[in-house]
Amino acid sequence: MTHLEQAQQLMTRAACRRWFLTQCGVGLAGMAANSLFAGENLQRTAKNPLAPRRSHFAGKAKRVIFMFQAGAPSHLELFDPKPELAKRDGQLPPAELLKDYRAAFINPKSALLGPRYKFSQHGACGMPLSELLPHTARMADDICLIRSMHTESVNHAPGQIFMNTGSEQFGRPSLGAWTLYGLGSESEDLPGFVVLTSAKGTSGGASNYGCGFLPTSYGGIPFRSKGDAMLYLSNPPGIDAQAQRTSLDSLRRLNELALESIGDPEIAARIQSYEMAYRLQTSAPELMNLQSEPEHVLRMYGIEAPNKASYARNCLLARRLVERGVRYIQLFHEAWDQHGNLTADVKKNALATDQPSAALVADLKQRGLLDDTLLVWGGEFGRTPMVQGGSDGRDHHNRCFSMWLAGGGIRGGHVHGESDELGFNVATDPVHVHDLNATLLHLLGLDHTRLTYRFQGRDYRLTDVHGRLVKDILA
Amino acid sequence: MMVATAQSCRTQFFFRAFVLILLATAAASGPLAAQTKVDFQHDIQPILAENCADCHGVDPEARQASLRLDIRAAALAGGDSEEPAIVPQHPELSELIARIFSDDPDVVMPPPATNKQLSQEQKSLLQRWIAEGAEYQPHWAFELPAQAPLDPDFPAHPVDHFVAKKLQAMHLTPSPPANDFTLCRRLFLDLIGIPPTPDELKYFRKHGFAATARALLKDERFGEKWARHWLDVARYSDTNGYEKDVRRDQWAWRDWVIGAYNRDLPYDEFIIEQIAGDLLPGATPAQINATGFLRNSMINEEGAIVPEQFRMFEMFDRMDCIGKAVMGLTTQCAQCHTHKYDPLTHEEYYGMFAFLNNSYEAQSAVYSDDQYLEIAEIMKDIQATEEQIKQRVPDWEAALSEWADRLVAKEVPWSPIVATELGSTSGLNHPTQLPDHSILMLGHVNGEVFMIAQPEASGATALRLEVLPHGDLAYRGPGHSADGTWGLQELEVFVRRPDQTEWEKLKFVAASADFSEPEKKSEDEKIVSGPVQLLIDGSTQTMWKADRGPAHRHQASLAVVQFDGPLDLPPQTEWKVVLRMGAMVGCCRVSWTREPKPTAQAVDYAAVLAAQVPAKERTSAEQASLFAAWRKVLSECDDLNRKIDSLWDGLPSPLTSVLHLARREPEHRRHTYLLERGVWDQPQRPVKPHTPAILHPLPTTEAPDRLTFARWLASDRSPLTARVAVNRIWQAIFGEGLVLTPEDFGTRAPVPEYRDLLDWLSVDLMQNNWSQKQLILRVVTSATYQQSSHTSPELLQRDPRNRLLTRGPRFRCDAEVVRDIALSTAGLLQQQLGGPPIIPPVPQNVLDYNYQYPSYWKPATGPDRYRRALYGFRKRSMPDPVMSAFDGPNGDVACAHRVVSNTPLAALTGLNETIFVEAARALALRVLREGGDADIARADYAFRLCTARTPNAAERTEILNLLSSHRKRLADGWLNPREIATGDTDKLPDLAAAVTPQDLAAWTLVARVLLNLDETISKN
Repeated sequence: MTHLEQAQQLMTRAACRRWFLTQCGVGLAGMAANSLFAGENLQRTAKNPLAPRRSHFAGKAKRVIFMFQAGAPSHLELFDPKPELAKRDGQLPPAELLKDYRAAFINPKSALLGPRYKFSQHGACGMPLSELLPHTARMADDICLIRSMHTESVNHAPGQIFMNTGSEQFGRPSLGAWTLYGLGSESEDLPGFVVLTSAKGTSGGASNYGCGFLPTSYGGIPFRSKGDAMLYLSNPPGIDAQAQRTSLDSLRRLNELALESIGDPEIAARIQSYEMAYRLQTSAPELMNLQSEPEHVLRMYGIEAPNKASYARNCLLARRLVERGVRYIQLFHEAWDQHGNLTADVKKNALATDQPSAALVADLKQRGLLDDTLLVWGGEFGRTPMVQGGSDGRDHHNRCFSMWLAGGGIRGGHVHGESDELGFNVATDPVHVHDLNATLLHLLGLDHTRLTYRFQGRDYRLTDVHGRLVKDILA
Repeated sequence: MMVATAQSCRTQFFFRAFVLILLATAAASGPLAAQTKVDFQHDIQPILAENCADCHGVDPEARQASLRLDIRAAALAGGDSEEPAIVPQHPELSELIARIFSDDPDVVMPPPATNKQLSQEQKSLLQRWIAEGAEYQPHWAFELPAQAPLDPDFPAHPVDHFVAKKLQAMHLTPSPPANDFTLCRRLFLDLIGIPPTPDELKYFRKHGFAATARALLKDERFGEKWARHWLDVARYSDTNGYEKDVRRDQWAWRDWVIGAYNRDLPYDEFIIEQIAGDLLPGATPAQINATGFLRNSMINEEGAIVPEQFRMFEMFDRMDCIGKAVMGLTTQCAQCHTHKYDPLTHEEYYGMFAFLNNSYEAQSAVYSDDQYLEIAEIMKDIQATEEQIKQRVPDWEAALSEWADRLVAKEVPWSPIVATELGSTSGLNHPTQLPDHSILMLGHVNGEVFMIAQPEASGATALRLEVLPHGDLAYRGPGHSADGTWGLQELEVFVRRPDQTEWEKLKFVAASADFSEPEKKSEDEKIVSGPVQLLIDGSTQTMWKADRGPAHRHQASLAVVQFDGPLDLPPQTEWKVVLRMGAMVGCCRVSWTREPKPTAQAVDYAAVLAAQVPAKERTSAEQASLFAAWRKVLSECDDLNRKIDSLWDGLPSPLTSVLHLARREPEHRRHTYLLERGVWDQPQRPVKPHTPAILHPLPTTEAPDRLTFARWLASDRSPLTARVAVNRIWQAIFGEGLVLTPEDFGTRAPVPEYRDLLDWLSVDLMQNNWSQKQLILRVVTSATYQQSSHTSPELLQRDPRNRLLTRGPRFRCDAEVVRDIALSTAGLLQQQLGGPPIIPPVPQNVLDYNYQYPSYWKPATGPDRYRRALYGFRKRSMPDPVMSAFDGPNGDVACAHRVVSNTPLAALTGLNETIFVEAARALALRVLREGGDADIARADYAFRLCTARTPNAAERTEILNLLSSHRKRLADGWLNPREIATGDTDKLPDLAAAVTPQDLAAWTLVARVLLNLDETISKN
């Protein structure tokens, strides 16, 4: 026997089979005929990048729902009462405030515009909130309001990219991707990072939930309200469930034959990906179908048409995703860019988002899911205390804005930080986007300085070289 | 059965020799000596780079205790403590050793806070290295590559030579050669990105591997395959990105890349032309087009942006791109501070930046090769006619000169208005005033721009508005619009005297221009355009336009508007000049004068400007402007003028345009500054163009411009450029580069297993006149490449990722290739080289989530629908769902390496996406048409089309079982055959008499499975 033949003999089918069963944990799906749900072993392959990973330390939250209010909601109409701004309506802002200041559209030397809505105190904590947020107000004792957010950009696309990826320049992984990279996915039948969009597409586009330089598996997967819930979920016309199963069984067996003969573990991973695809064909439509939700739940979220895309529907879907173990859920509602028609449009947006956002908090709470689910509500920046376009608009403003958080590890009924008397600058306890991100990761049990990915010779972090834990907002 | 041809025999023989030599030499050498000397580059430098460089490396600002460990002398001298960190031969006296072995958390290095810890092995390596003398060596990738002599005891092919040596040392054997069908398919996928047809497989069997490889290198599909690898790292896209993400025409550059690969443009020229083709002597349009490479950056057009901020972002992106694509250096790290790991300072980053910074963001027309010939003919005719004019006018030079002098004499002095504030009423556009006082309006389009000024212009009689071309505008403008046209509705001036609070509008009484279009009404008759009087008629429904037609559009225009008598204004009167625009102007300048009743000369303003340049200093363009204006006033040359006009009118319309770079004119010269923390608007100090000291020197004899930089980059004195190029090609073929981090050859890059091979091939590349085709041929003709990719548990354990090259490459193909495989297998693929991008079908719910709906998204329906994926339209904010499912990058930033994933999304795409479904249907038709009459023959044929091999018995049985299972359900009426075969319950394609609709449907279902086989979408 030549050496070549010897080498070839090393690769007997038996040897391969044994190796894959013991080393890869694959083949199980293949061995068990017609196994549709082969179970957790499938997740434990050497190659599965989404296998659950241990956090750096015990985190309070297991998962995140980020309710991204794209376009940048006005903190002055919603979260940050400014009686002094009301008093100075029509006056010019003090010159010292405007030193080195840049808005986007307006000449900063524009008149101040008083808040368009009234505020009152809510909850045992007495949190002042706008009359536009009656439902959120009822959850005041559960949410933590940050009034001292600040960020880098004053333009939408870079601002959104910065909030979601920690960089104004494109190409970095999103917070959801980092989370998945850090913790893996616990859902066997759904993706670990799901994106739900209402209103219109965002300025930042797909990069808002992209994987950047991380492997594709960590990117967000949009679930869509119209058409297929996930891309290409439906079989081509004419192919029923049985034809699909028969086809996939056959595909699996053919791939297994190749696996045994070729011995490349990638084939095993491919076999699994087709099985997961099959499971998605059931689990994703099931998720999107709200028929099983009782009427009072739909009412609670303010869902009028269960099949129609809306922010309210997305909030309920977020809860359903949480129940199914999805790690990171990103909502986008691109509607908040009130350069003009501020009074009417901010009210319209509040009507669309206040009740569902609050219902999500309440619903998770009553189901015992709020304790380990982290909720975040906010946009890419704030809006100017100065008027734009005459009498009823506000420009982009990066010096100060508000966001709220709730759930896993968050100190409810607390207001963190203050803005100055005009809501122009942060006055106390500033929270930069990097600080927020560091804190969100901390709540998930991840140290933002240790959650790194080697790319281009450098250990990249979500927070670059910045980020400071905001301890005051922790429960 | 395979026919053993001479070629394949030779391959077999060669392989045997490869293995025999291996085995013979394996016997001769014993186990590796236990204590070979520690290799600094391999063993020590990675430890220092990983664990020490953050605080004791290149960056002085981050350096702790003033201690540097990356330079021997510094390490020997020590830091603040003045204790040597390293005492050669004496680890026991070396502070470094004491620190790494310390138990005291305050003393131990690296400090616990860094989360870094040395292993025992690393510690003892450092100990041994110091005991052996602590010799440093420069980082390997910063030293010129050299070819190690080939040992006659090992295979002569350089690839096999180094692989054999390594495997022998590691007691490993290579894998046997792959089967001929596997090899053929592998070769086709690697060289042209398309699997072989049955006929091509026959050709391969007949002519052998080497002849097929050479033939494929000449195939136009070669350029299509290899261009894509470059497009990744060049971040090619068909849209601008950011919020608006509008279309851009950049495919002419993409086609240039394809062409460059096909004609095997030497890699050094490939780089030089892409970075500075426009500056080459006698640059051709193709060479200018090549600089589109650097323009592939995203462009922000969001409302209210400050354009310079995002131009700077583009510049950072270009630096990043050149770093990843050409230098293999992570330049980006030095944007904000001196590089932590590599000897690249903050200053040097901006030194390289400076070479690129003095460029226009230009856009120019692109014509087809035939059109360029046609244009050359027309130009020749124009020149000849101009010669006739010169002959007809006695002493024409003197006449022209006298005429030019008269033009100048008629000009009156004007004072430019210097803005104290510039803006647009809506805030959408933020104009800037340049040093020559012209106002540049880049960024978002806006209809109204104003400037506030205090010109102290009492006595002013008139304003002059110069509409000026600028290199940053499309086709040099002067319009801001896509075609460079513009329309000015109103020029208004308001004044505010020091004692007043309100603005007072001033009245204009007369307007004149060098040129106006004839009066014209829009189709709905609401808008009137043309004469310059419309500029001051108080109506925004009317506008002055001066489009001289496509051939003469992109030149300056002039309007002069008179006040109603000299102005009487007190000192410190504020002015507000407002431009109301129907189609935005990109660049203009406003000046005032006290001369009585000035008017615009009715001569092209470009000529008036040219006349003011001293005759000896005029550029050829200025000469031409002057001559063109002068000849028009010669009544004796009416006939010739008419002839010239009609020649100009005959110029062809361009095919497309391209974004490219152009050298800025001296008056627009841009200086580069070191930016504090890399922030775009934090300039610290001026930086002159220069290159990093660690690399080869820049020739001092050349002007420090972009061309010199490009030549420096692509020099054979560069230690990096050839290595990076070789590595990219290796990565495309083997899935991973010899250096695993293709974008980073710095000190943190994993030391390659086959550095000797990389260096050998790099020198070889340069010696072969940088021929990438020769390099590819060299790689694929190796026995190493031609090994079987089958693996065994033992091999997987010893060489899990095939980095030792114990087997042939095997991986799922790139996204484009996966789609092209489906189309070519189905017989749908349309081979057509180049051209505008093709819009692929995309689900409506993907289109709906665009910020700005792409109304142009009309999927191709004809043959274009089945062109190669390379030509698919790439929209940055809406990444192509098929490409991204298979890890295709979206072009936001340079991508030097695709991370291959294996997700259920990819599975769903292959099963259900429109084009894949159409491919399955077409494959079924093809199998029924070409695969014979029997199911077995058809099964074999279908399988062969997909994998290039015949199925084995188990596979054949599986396929036939699947077929019969589907057939039964079709026959029982559970499934609608028409719907499966066509997507339509009523339609059916023409079928041969013996073929039933059920056959077609059953085969469609089988085809769908076969197209999704791992073997179908993988290179085996």
